[in-house]
Parts: sequence; C-alpha cells; structure tokens
Amino acid sequence: MSAVVAAPPARAGRRGNDRSALSQQPMAAANDAARTTTLAPIEQHQQGKRAAHRAWLAPAVAPLAGIMLFLLLWQIVAQTGGQLPGPLKVWDAAIKVFADPFYQKGPNDQGIGWNVLSSLQRVAIGFGLAALIGIPAGFLIGRFVFVSQMSAPIIALLRPVSPLAWLPIGLLVFKAANPAAIWTIFICSLWPMIINTAVGVRQIPQEYLNVAKVLNLSESKVLTRILFPAVLPFMLTGVRLSIGVAWLVIVAAEMLTGGVGIGFWVWDEWNNLNVQHIIIAIFTIGIVGMLLELLLILIARRFEYAT
Amino acid sequence: MNVDSVKELDIGGNDERYLRIENAGKTFSTRQGHFVAVREINLSIARGEFVALIGHSGCGKSTLLNMVAGLAQPTAGIVLLAGREVRAPGPDRAVVFQGYSLLPWMSCYENVYLAVERVFSANERRAQLAQRTHAALKLVGLALAAHKKPAEISGGMKQRVGIARALAMQPKVLLLDEPFGALDALTRARLQDELMRIVSDAGSTVLMVTHDVDEAVLLADRIVMMTNGPAATIGDVLSVGLPRPRDRLEMAHTPRYLECRERVLQFLYQKQSHVEMEAA
Repeated sequence: MSAVVAAPPARAGRRGNDRSALSQQPMAAANDAARTTTLAPIEQHQQGKRAAHRAWLAPAVAPLAGIMLFLLLWQIVAQTGGQLPGPLKVWDAAIKVFADPFYQKGPNDQGIGWNVLSSLQRVAIGFGLAALIGIPAGFLIGRFVFVSQMSAPIIALLRPVSPLAWLPIGLLVFKAANPAAIWTIFICSLWPMIINTAVGVRQIPQEYLNVAKVLNLSESKVLTRILFPAVLPFMLTGVRLSIGVAWLVIVAAEMLTGGVGIGFWVWDEWNNLNVQHIIIAIFTIGIVGMLLELLLILIARRFEYAT
Repeated sequence: MNVDSVKELDIGGNDERYLRIENAGKTFSTRQGHFVAVREINLSIARGEFVALIGHSGCGKSTLLNMVAGLAQPTAGIVLLAGREVRAPGPDRAVVFQGYSLLPWMSCYENVYLAVERVFSANERRAQLAQRTHAALKLVGLALAAHKKPAEISGGMKQRVGIARALAMQPKVLLLDEPFGALDALTRARLQDELMRIVSDAGSTVLMVTHDVDEAVLLADRIVMMTNGPAATIGDVLSVGLPRPRDRLEMAHTPRYLECRERVLQFLYQKQSHVEMEAA
C-alpha cells in the first residue's frame, strides 16, 4: 500500500496503461478503478507525501530527539553553576584536539589518536592471548565432563573478581606497567570466551554429531567441519562480550599504570584540570567502544547460520 | 558364537542373508534397574530387499535400527553385515534421519560432498567426487538447489538432500529412520514414489523404520511388526509380495495391497493396542 501511494505520478501513468489494456487485465483495472473512486487524486497525493516522509524520517526522529534532549540537559547543568563546560565549549576544544590527533611532544604529551591506538593495541594483545587460551579451554570444558567439573570451582571463584584486582599481580610478575595492563585485559577477556565456547560445545545438537558418527569422520574433520562451525556463533558472542569488558577495563588500568593511552590521557587531563578534554575522552571512549561492538556484530553475522 | 556362524563368516555372508541380526537385544542400565528395550531379535535381510519395521512408538524399532547403524551397541546377540560384525557406525550403512541431520552452515552440495569425500577420496580425484555429488543431487531432483543452505529450502527438499547424501555413499545398507515422518502428506507421497524409483534402480538393500501402515505396504518387500515395548521383539513378519513397480493409485484397489494393509492394522490395533492405551 505504501509503495502504491508513495509515487502518485507514476501510478497515474500506469493507470492509463491499465485502461488501454483492459481486455488483457480486467482484474487489475477493476482494482485500480475502485481505488480511484475511494481516493480523490489530491488527497492521495498528500497522503503519499506524508507516508514518504515517514518512511525515511521515522527511524531517525527518536534518536535525534534523544541527542537534542541530552545536549539541552547538559547545557542547563553547565549553566546552573559548577565547572562543567557546556556542549559548545567542548565542541570547540574537540575541533582543536582532533585537528592534530597524531602529534608527539615527548612520552607524556601525544595526540589523542596515539592514545586511542595505544589503548587498542593493549586490548588487542591481551584479548588475543585470552582468545588463544580461552577458546581451546572452552572446547575442552564443553567436550569433557571431567575437565568441566575440574575447572568449575576455579572459574566460579575467579570470574566475579574485578580485573583491576589482578593489576598488582601483573606488576609484581612483569615488573613493568605495560605488560601489567595487558595482563589485566587478558584476565577479564578470558572468562566470557571460555564460558561461551563451552556452552556452545555443549549445545551442539546430537544430530550433527550423528552425522560425524555415521560417516565415521576423522577427529580433525569432526573438529573443522562440525564442532568449529557449530560453536562459532557462540564463540563470537564470547568475543564480543570480552571486547566490551576489555575496553571498559583498559581505561581504568591505564589510569593506574600511566604511559600512553586513553585512560592515562583522562587522568593526565584531570591533573591539568582540563575538563573539556576529559569530556572529549569520554565521548571518544564511547564511540570507539561502539565501533568495536558494531564490527564484531558484523563479523558474527557473517558466520551465523539459520537452523 | 557357535560353529555355524563361524562357517557363515568364512563365506563372507551370502546374498540371502546379507544383513543378519541374531538374538540381538538391548538393555539399558538405569537408576531404577535394568530396562530391556528390545530382546531376542532375529532377522535376516537379503541383498536388495526392502524391509519396513513397524510398531507403536516406544517399541524399540529405532533402537534396532541404531544397532544396525552402529550408533547403539547390542547388549546381547550380534549384528552381521556381509559376514562382518557391526561394532561401530560406518559409511557402509548410511542413515537417513527423521530430523534430516543436515549441517546448516553447509550448502546442500557441501553436505553431500562431505559424505562423498569421506567414502571415495582415497581412490578418486576431486573432479570425480564433485561429479558424484552432482549426480546424487540430480537423482533426487535438487540439481538447481545445490548451492542453497538447508534453511533456505523446504522440509521435503531437506530430506531429499539427506537421501542424496545417503545414496551418494553407495552404502551396503540404506537405513531410514522415519524419513518422511516430519513431512506433509503430499510431499511424503511424492518422496515415497521417488524413493521407490531410486531404490529399485540402484538395487539398494533398505531397512526402514516407519509408523505409517500405507508407507510400509507400498514400499516394502517384507514388513516386520514389532510388539510393544518394553522388552519388545518381532511379533510377526509379512511378505507383501506385490509386483513392482507399484503405483500408488492402482494399489488403492488391489486386493493383495488391501489385505496386507489389514493384516498390519490388525496386528497394531488388535494384538498390540493395550500399551497405546496406557501410554495415552
């Protein structure tokens, strides 16, 4: 219906054709005739305009309204006192910060681009190591009841611990800030990957395993053709959760360890009392986190299968 | 194992007794004690014969099929195929499952190819394997849907892929576990007709579990009727003896067909009806 009213001129043209081809398409012509009698052309045109607007505006209206409301509240809070800068001030500062994101003036004064990249690098390393260990561990836990029962108390005990509690252990063992931060990321990324992979392995339907049995496939074929593809969507959910947690934790870890990184930058700007930059950092962290999530959702969609 | 069966083993299993189930039984150990699913099953199937296994649900007919497939081990007796004992699943006994059992991340082609590769890759080149796969899909009329994923095709088409996969392996025995149970009546009828044609062209040996009396009479050379579980066993065996090819419409007023149908119905609903009442 909406397609019909969205393009009135084309519709009118086609109606003419329908009439000329009345003998061939009596049903279509009759339908169109009925529509013309119930809707006057002008009325139809206006309705079409409204529907067309609704079609592409509707999904954007609510989010835009939300953002406007947020900015308005922010402006009100900023104006009623305190030292919180308003949206316009932050915007001006942001333009300056992002005008030169990759400058380097010594180890403690680098552009925001370097800070974000340094943080992403730590997350990538810590997360990569966690995947390297967590995914095979998840497979073992999901496949073998004994391993599952063996690891259950350890996972239950360690999983609720805040990753930051592991930071001192990292500092103690590695005697340097950077590996300690990576270690913290590793620990917090580990659990979601282990658990989701294990759940995925446990939920593989018996019918898929029966195929493997009847064909008497080799162990490597079972792994690559059946277990791995069946578990992949679960695994990617684990990866997504892990990345989310890792990105949360890196900011806090960097505040404690220093160096170059978005978390450190926040802390540095707090010491400089540059609140605009702190707010810019908050938005930057948010946007990067959102993009990471989006990227992983896109990857996951690629490997999903409908049952 | 007695001396007689050793003699049989020496000659490698003859065609009259190609698949042999001897005194086979299956007992499950549960917390409440032993549960006897099936007992004292004796059945021989000739090469190229089509046998239907029919009985009420819970009568252990799937257990029996799984023992032949090697998916379940008999706790008593023995299953022999072409003179060799069945101990584990293997591609010489292809199974078509009721739930299709297609791998959803693979296309129809890849699902069939996986089986073809397993059976023939030792002696054949890739081009030949691909050819076999295409031939199998063509046989079930799915040449055009080869690159679709299982989720994109209908239930009837999925089961055709399952059948293509099983046939492409050129198994010694084709095992069908209620293959058309999940399909609507029209699709089922069409697939039954296709199965009849394909199986008689290939001369396959088939063991099919079903609970559909018409399906059993239409397709099978012999119908094995199971008593009710627990401790189910073979209650009666009926040789259908209808000439092939069989036409579904013609059969509807062929006296022998109706007679067979009545025999099976009588067995199921007069002699073996009591457990059904309890179960309901």
